Amino acid sequence: MKTKRIDKREDGVGVVETQYFIIDSLTLENREKIEHVTLAYETYGDLNENKTNAVLILHALSGDAHAAGLDIEQKNPGWWDSMIGPGRAFDTNKYFVICSNVIGGCKGSTGPSSINPATGRHYALDFPIVTINDMDDAQKRLIDHLGIDKLLTAVGGSMGGMLALSWLVRYPDRIRSAIPIATAIKHGPQQIAFDEVGRQAIMADPHWNSGNYYGGPLPAKGLAVARMIGHITYMSDMSMEVKFGRQRKNGTQPFKFTADYEVEGYLRYRGDSFVKRFDANSYLYITKAMDNFDATQWRPLQDSLQGLKTKVLVIAFKSDWLYPAYQSKEIVKACKRSGIETTYCEVDSTYGHDAFLLEIDEETHLISHFLKTVFHEYETA
Amino acid sequence: MNVRFDHKAILKLVKPQSAVLELGCGTGDLLSLLIKERSVRGQGLEIDEQAIYACVAKGLNVIHGDIDSGLAEYEDKSFDYVILNQSLQQIKHPDSVLTDALRVGRKVIISFSNFAYYKSRLQIFFRGRTPVTGALPYQWYETPNLHFLSITDFINYCGLKKIRIERRMYISEDKRIKLLPNLFAQTGIFLADRGL
Repeated sequence: MKTKRIDKREDGVGVVETQYFIIDSLTLENREKIEHVTLAYETYGDLNENKTNAVLILHALSGDAHAAGLDIEQKNPGWWDSMIGPGRAFDTNKYFVICSNVIGGCKGSTGPSSINPATGRHYALDFPIVTINDMDDAQKRLIDHLGIDKLLTAVGGSMGGMLALSWLVRYPDRIRSAIPIATAIKHGPQQIAFDEVGRQAIMADPHWNSGNYYGGPLPAKGLAVARMIGHITYMSDMSMEVKFGRQRKNGTQPFKFTADYEVEGYLRYRGDSFVKRFDANSYLYITKAMDNFDATQWRPLQDSLQGLKTKVLVIAFKSDWLYPAYQSKEIVKACKRSGIETTYCEVDSTYGHDAFLLEIDEETHLISHFLKTVFHEYETA
Repeated sequence: MNVRFDHKAILKLVKPQSAVLELGCGTGDLLSLLIKERSVRGQGLEIDEQAIYACVAKGLNVIHGDIDSGLAEYEDKSFDYVILNQSLQQIKHPDSVLTDALRVGRKVIISFSNFAYYKSRLQIFFRGRTPVTGALPYQWYETPNLHFLSITDFINYCGLKKIRIERRMYISEDKRIKLLPNLFAQTGIFLADRGL
C-alpha cells in the first residue's frame, strides 16, 4: 500500500504568511470573557465556490498555525509540511487547508504572554483558565469569518485530536468528518501525572516568580525540564534504543554530571531550544486544558454521536504509550455503539507518540483516501 | 470485473439499501460489491493492517480489530445483515461470535468451506492425509483455520441453538449443488436469524 514518500522540500506550498483574526469578545466555558482576542492562522490552497473543500488542521501542545510551507523568513517548514501541499495527504490542489494557533498559546494567538488591554501589562496568571472547548470556540469564530458553513474535516493528533473530538461532539453540524489521531476522550491519571511533573518543574524555577517573569529572566530551566519529560513520553523504548542506544557523547568531561550519553545531550538540546520558542505560562495553561478535557463531560460519547451523518477516521500507533491504542479504541467503541460510519487503523509503528508526525506514508494513505470519499459524498449530497 | 461465484450468491441474499457489517472483510471485495450492486451502508471489521489499507483505498468504512472482541461492542440489531464470509473457521470462539452476530444483525449470512466435501473425504480415506482442496487450500502447518466443519455440522448446530435457517445455498466451483450437498458442495452459504 506504500504511498510514495514526498520530499519535504519539493513542491510544497511555498512561502506562507501567518494571518491574524481578531475576535472582539470571547466568552469562555467558565463564563469569563476575554476581550480583543487574536487568533493566528494560515491557509493553504483555495476555497472552492461551494465552500465544500475546507479542512481544519488542529495542532498539538507545542504546535502553531504554521503547519505547512516555509515561514515568511523562509527558514522553517511547517510542523506537518509533509502532509500538506500539492499531491500530499491534504492536497492543496483540491482542498482549502486552515491551521490556527490555539488561544492560551504563545504563537501569535492571545495567551498569558499577551498584553491585557485592561491593564496594559502581560496577562501572566491573570489570564483565565481556558479549555479545549474554548480553543475550539475561538477557531469556530474564525471558520465563521471565513464563510465556511461546513468543514470537510477537523483533524489533528494528540491535543489536536481532542480539539477534533470537541468539534465532533459540540458542532457535528459544522463538520462532514473528524480525524482524531493518537488521542483520547480524556486523560487518564498517567497522562495528568506527566503533565503535572512538567508544570511543577516550571513553577519550581525561581525565575517563574508566580508567572510574572516577562521582561526579566525566564524560567528557562523549569520549562526545559518540562520539555525533556515531554520528549521521553513522545518516544518509545525501541525508538530511543535505535536513535541513541548507550552511545556516549564525544569530548572532554569537565564535570561529573555532564551529558555523557547521546540521549542526555539530545534531551538537553531539545529542552534548551524549546525555551527559545515557547512561553512557560502557555505550557501551564495548555497542559491544564488537556488534563481537563473530557469529551463525555455532558453525556456518554455514543449518545453525542447518535444519529450523526459525520464520518470518523481514528488512527492510533502501536508503540504509543502516552496515548495508547486502547484510548483510541474507546472512541471507536462509542462510534460503534452510536452506529456512525467509522474507520480505525492501529498503525504498526515503533516511534511512540511521535509517530503521528513521522508515519507519513501510512497517514497519507489513510487520510487521502478517506478525504476523497468524504469529499465525493459531500459534493454529491 | 470477474465476480466470485460465492460473492454472487451472497449478493442474492442481501436486500438493497440495507446496513451490512462484514466480519473479517479482508481487502473489502465483497463489501465493495454489496455497496455497488445493492447500495448498502457497509461497515467492515478486519484484523490485518495491510487489508485495512486496501479497504480504505476502496473508500470503505473498516475497523481494525479482531472479531472475537470487536463484535460485542455493537448494540442489538445495529445491522440488517452481519456477514461471516469464510471467517467463521478462523475465529477463536465461533459459538459466542455467532450468538453475538445474531444479536447485532437482524439476519446473519454465513459462508464456509465444507470439510466433508467428497474430495476431502477421499484424501483422508485413501491417502490418510489432511485434505487440501480448492476451498480449503492450506497445508496443516500454514492454515489460518482453527475450526473445521461440514455443512451437516452447521445445520445440526443451528438446530441445537434454535437458529432459524431461512435460506441455504450450496456451491462447488462455479455451480450450484442441489444433490447431497454435504458430499458434493465445497461451500455452504446460509441466511439465518433468531426466528420469532
